[in-house]
Amino acid sequence: MKFRTRAIHVGNERDPLTGAVVRPIHLATTYVQPGAGEWGEFDYSRSGNPTRKALETTLASLESGCGALAYASGMAAIHGVTMLLSAGDHVLAGTDVYGGTYRLLHKVVNRAGIDVSLAPATDLDAFEAAIRPETRLVWIESPGNPLLSITDIAACAEIAHRHGALLGVDNTFATPVLTRPLELGADIVMHSATKYLGGHSDVLGGALVVRDKELYDRLYFLQNATGAVLAPLESFLCSRGIKTLELRVREQCRTAQRLAEWLDGDDRIARVLYPGLPDHPGHAIAARQMDGAFGAMLSFEVAGDFAAAKRVAESTKLFQLAVSLGAVESLIEQPASMSHASYDRDARLAHGIRDGLIRLSVGLEDFEDLQGDLDQALAWISQAGGRHLA
Amino acid sequence: MTNRPRLPDPNGPELADSTLAVHAGEDRLKVGNAMTDAIFCSATYTFPDTQAAIDYATLKLPREEYGRYGNPTERVAERKLAALEGGEGAILYSTGMAAISSLLMATLQSGDEVVLFDECYHRTRELCKKHLGKFGVVTHQVPACDYERMEAAINERTRLLISESPTNPHLSVVDLERFASLGKKHQVATMIDATLATPYNVKPLSYGIDYVVHSCTKYLGGHNDLLGGAVIGSEQALEPVRALRGATGMCIGPHEVYLLLRGIKTFELRMLRHNENGLRVARFLEGHPRVEKVYYPGLESHRDHEVAKRTMRGYGGLITFLVKDADHVQTAAVVDATTIPRIGPSLGGVESLIEQPIVMSYHSFTKEQREAVGIRDNMIRLACGIENPEDLIADLKQALER
Repeated sequence: MKFRTRAIHVGNERDPLTGAVVRPIHLATTYVQPGAGEWGEFDYSRSGNPTRKALETTLASLESGCGALAYASGMAAIHGVTMLLSAGDHVLAGTDVYGGTYRLLHKVVNRAGIDVSLAPATDLDAFEAAIRPETRLVWIESPGNPLLSITDIAACAEIAHRHGALLGVDNTFATPVLTRPLELGADIVMHSATKYLGGHSDVLGGALVVRDKELYDRLYFLQNATGAVLAPLESFLCSRGIKTLELRVREQCRTAQRLAEWLDGDDRIARVLYPGLPDHPGHAIAARQMDGAFGAMLSFEVAGDFAAAKRVAESTKLFQLAVSLGAVESLIEQPASMSHASYDRDARLAHGIRDGLIRLSVGLEDFEDLQGDLDQALAWISQAGGRHLA
Repeated sequence: MTNRPRLPDPNGPELADSTLAVHAGEDRLKVGNAMTDAIFCSATYTFPDTQAAIDYATLKLPREEYGRYGNPTERVAERKLAALEGGEGAILYSTGMAAISSLLMATLQSGDEVVLFDECYHRTRELCKKHLGKFGVVTHQVPACDYERMEAAINERTRLLISESPTNPHLSVVDLERFASLGKKHQVATMIDATLATPYNVKPLSYGIDYVVHSCTKYLGGHNDLLGGAVIGSEQALEPVRALRGATGMCIGPHEVYLLLRGIKTFELRMLRHNENGLRVARFLEGHPRVEKVYYPGLESHRDHEVAKRTMRGYGGLITFLVKDADHVQTAAVVDATTIPRIGPSLGGVESLIEQPIVMSYHSFTKEQREAVGIRDNMIRLACGIENPEDLIADLKQALER
């Protein structure tokens, strides 16, 4: 079966008891067992829950894995991965990983005697040079946030495996509709299910998918032992969201591509960062690694200063001012004042996150409506600003 | 920060359906600054003091009082549906049948008459003939899309003209302009159950129809996981209908309203896919040697294709077809051999459903009764979901060629 059909049917087989076309939401925390010392498929809801299991079954199919685990949030999912490590191990991560991942690695995981370093995953030689004999985990994102850098997943898998490390990929931005890292050699795929998988700004969740049964068993053991499982109602809403995942992602990508092309030709814009534009440094890799589209996240720099970008971000009517991404509602944010405000200015600039940068999460609204909305907000940028001055 | 006007803003730009589906009717700043609407489970709403309750009652202030009269989450969904249909207001109900029965009970009284097309949903026909008949309402049934017979059945006691469009399961398409003009000419209200069409494919109010009715269980909810109904129209037309809901209490629950709101966010995308799947599967079936006839308004062979082409953006996911030279057992074998559609009633969800009308909706009918309404032993009704169309076609092919 093709992707979209599996998104609807795998893990959602008809309920054997009632025939219900949508399976019931199982809120029970415990399950009655056939006998003392005899165990049924489910015993206690932390160890396994039918509603969560249905979601995990769908995710495993969509990401071409042998099994999936659903977590209470994306951060809980990454944390689940880092618990595979022991004191003395080293983690290498790409420089533009999500800020929450950075915080987890540098302020939580490091306390267990695990060493962490960052290197640019877009520069494969530099990335490989940063690997140490004790490196056990390599962690990347593609596209990166908020600069939409593209990392070659297959090449990173080769590097990691050459040095005996696992490759983990945060696939939140690309989604399995566009990129399936396990098929490219990655060992672990991670999602913030809060974003495109749930898709409606109403579920917090995370997931891991792996292709190796032994690795699955280790991660399952850790999840069951530490307990950051996804609750049944959230599992249901996430499964419901996944039924329209491919439709949503493809439509959102189409709109993002058109917006990027329009912004790229506008004098009020200094620079557009979108892997679907031919001059994006990662375009060639993205075209190979992403299936027919380039994602629905898009960043651009206005031809103006911090205050001008702030006014633009505050002046849209359809794009709403908020962090997070991936939902049906379009969002806008200024990384310098919002998602990356915790960086001091010099460190932020060193990361390439300039004052005039604006990040869009393109939703499901009509292209022309979104274009009109951005156009009126960009009236704050003087035409004379011009890209040549930026 | 002050709240911005709700969309669609009468002073702002006109918005396309996909934008309306995501945003229409919602407050721009919600409780707690949340992105999505909260689910209000509260059964009742409190007043700060007695004077506030008196002010509410005497000044008819716009606020909640008791869950049966309205709920904040429900009002968002009502505004969204009204925006999508181009109506002034909408009223939500626990089911589609609750919406229809409420509309009929609110607008009819003993001695009144209604005229309906005979291809209406059998429960609607039963409601009119059997139940409203007990209260002295007279129902005239005329053949679907026979406007002359309908006009001939109208007299000075006629209050409502009723049809679905498209009808189920024959997919007859009503010429809405003609239907509405019949009502206007004789000063009779008109009601269209547009469940199969959806506001993506046709907006009956724009043709002058007075009331649009939906089973929100179908395409609007779209995920086979909620029951709901709606009546949409002008505020003036809805006033008695809204008052009756307060009295009879056929309310939708707040959790279902939330799922409905959430479902509508992807409404246009799903409809585009249902329309594409419907047309591709119908064409495949029409070209298959084991198929005697396909009822689908998007096919040139359909009786109402010209009307459909003129009035509809797409033709939906529901297809009815006859298996050639097959009895009911051989027909059942085709149904049972499919692997993607589940066997069951209903339609409009992301999951495809398949059924044989004689064993589902029309099980209690005699063969003569069934034939009188065109339900054949070799008839299959397929409600295409949003799966990949090639998967659906391959599945039907193997089921027909087994």
